[in-house]
Amino acid sequence: MNEHTEHPEHGEGRAPDERQHVWDNPRNVKLLFNVFYAVCIILLVLDPLLDLVIDRHRDHPWESLLAFYPLYGFVGIVVLVLIAKVMRRVLMRPEDYYDASGRDG
Amino acid sequence: MLVAAMGSLPLLGSLPPVLIFFVGALVVAVTKGHLRRGVLLAIPVIGALNLLGLEVGATIEFEMLGYTLVPFKVDRLAMMFGYLFHLAAFLGNLFALHLEKKDGAGVQHTSAVLYAGSAIGAVYTGDLISLFVFWELLALTSVFLIWARKTERSFRAGFRYLVIHVLSGVLLLSGALMLAHETGSITFGPISLDGSMAGWVILIAFGIKAAFPLLHTWITDAYPEGTPTGTVFLSAFTTKVAVFALVRTFAGADVLIYVGVTMTCFPIFYAVIENDLRRVLSYSMINQIGFMVTGVGLGTALALNGAVAHAFADVIFKGLLFMTMGSVLHMTGRINGSDLGGLYKTMPITAALCVVGAMTISAFPLLSAFITKSMVMAAALEEGHIWVWPFLLFASAGVLEHAGIKIPFFAFFGHDSGIRAKEPPKNMLAAMMIGAVLCVVIGSFPGLLYSLLPFEAEYHPYDATHVLTQMQLLLFGALAVVWLMKRGIYPPEIRALNIDAEWTYRWLGPRLIRSIGGAVARVDSAVRIRVLAVVRGTLRSAHRGHGPQGILARTWPTGSMILWVAVLLAAYLLVFYF
Repeated sequence: MNEHTEHPEHGEGRAPDERQHVWDNPRNVKLLFNVFYAVCIILLVLDPLLDLVIDRHRDHPWESLLAFYPLYGFVGIVVLVLIAKVMRRVLMRPEDYYDASGRDG
Repeated sequence: MLVAAMGSLPLLGSLPPVLIFFVGALVVAVTKGHLRRGVLLAIPVIGALNLLGLEVGATIEFEMLGYTLVPFKVDRLAMMFGYLFHLAAFLGNLFALHLEKKDGAGVQHTSAVLYAGSAIGAVYTGDLISLFVFWELLALTSVFLIWARKTERSFRAGFRYLVIHVLSGVLLLSGALMLAHETGSITFGPISLDGSMAGWVILIAFGIKAAFPLLHTWITDAYPEGTPTGTVFLSAFTTKVAVFALVRTFAGADVLIYVGVTMTCFPIFYAVIENDLRRVLSYSMINQIGFMVTGVGLGTALALNGAVAHAFADVIFKGLLFMTMGSVLHMTGRINGSDLGGLYKTMPITAALCVVGAMTISAFPLLSAFITKSMVMAAALEEGHIWVWPFLLFASAGVLEHAGIKIPFFAFFGHDSGIRAKEPPKNMLAAMMIGAVLCVVIGSFPGLLYSLLPFEAEYHPYDATHVLTQMQLLLFGALAVVWLMKRGIYPPEIRALNIDAEWTYRWLGPRLIRSIGGAVARVDSAVRIRVLAVVRGTLRSAHRGHGPQGILARTWPTGSMILWVAVLLAAYLLVFYF
């Protein structure tokens, strides 16, 4: 019926003497996030700096708003995820929803 | 009544590319082992060499029943898709090279080559009837890539896929015949939608294959049910042939702008809450096709170039993502986000290649989607569609969330599932590596792809503003995901499905039919009972009359017979007088 049975060699049990992997170390994860936050800040700072250097082309009125792209990206994703969560309440069904109805072919 | 009149054929050195694939498929079907593997890799290579000898303008045409059929016609648009489909066939065949007898290798390889050939055949047609032939072949040849999964679920999904695509073909043929009646032409070229019923029928036929909203469910239904290697082929051809057909026929049709924008936006909500990672990619695919359809609707040279360039890039980066998820499915037997995680520990190369694909689809600078998607967005602003652009920008940010972060995160990082699967076979790794390299090369050297574009338009993707604003959009979008995850707001992966438009025919339809059937059955049984009662009553009274004890079955004396004759004569007399 499914592939689970076809791959018995890929056992799920973790080997007892397994070495620590790169993201198992919380310090590495923390470093990654700090670099990420730093890049975000640099991108924010570059915004007004670029205006000093070149004459930026702005083709849409919203592009002149302060920090438009960072705000749009952040707010856009938050809105997307929140709406999707509400959708899930309405749309989510058990995995065998269609199978259970039997004759869906 | 076939009067053959070969048009200009200055291509004696070159064959119609479809022939190489169809003959190649025959060879694949009868060979085995290393020989077959060699043939599988050779077909697209020989095909590509053959393409180099094709000249724009070459045609084959003949008259049939008063119409000009053009089964083969070469123009720049066809050439671009020709190269793309040869590349996709090569990557797909390489990715599937390890298949063995137990995987149904013979069926999968043969149908994949026929399927690729059908797509290539379709883009080199010059009339709608020839297109129809390849249109149906696309469905008939590809369904085996779903059925080869050999599960009950894949069989049903494949069957639904087939029904929907055959319907699309029937609509295309009907539209072509209506168009022939309206205009006297069946040319596969620009078609008007103004007051033309035929135009709308053909648009819907194309719209089914291009996954227009509400007509899209065959993708999210069937693609996740395909074999790990089969879905890579599926993702490359059918929808891109539809995009090609839209560019040929409906460039500049305003309605497509709004259809396209809807396609970019609605699937990303589904993608956030979908658990099956190949279904996430299927929704993502609709989102990407949305950009292409928007470009077709805008209809300017820049927008059309953007649409076809994005189709080109999408086949490679979406193929790469489907390959990485196919590898995960092949090696672990699982594909649900809720079952996976931590695979980077034992599949670091696949994980890295997936990240390249994820960053490409998100349109990071130096990667292919950055130089293609932006053409459509720039064209929208050039045409003054200031309300279309914010939706496209929102959809661009949404891509980052579901394809850029969710796919690699839930499969390879995130919560450690404890699964310790090995890297996939070398052929799979090689195909993914070539895909990843192409994403980088196309994105970093835009001139390579731009030189293939069929229309004349200037566009320069790399300037400081574009790079900075795109990085801001993406990284602050990513920051939002980080914030939502850290706050525990981000929706977890749940073993569940989300109903979509397919609910109408997979749940509502069967129930409606059953309840209508039930009502009919009730009326039917009530009527039967009445009728039966009448029949029984008649039988009973007949029995009373004619049965052994019945009044009419008795023997009667002659006297009473004379009496009855007298009665009859009297009645006759009465009737006669009045």
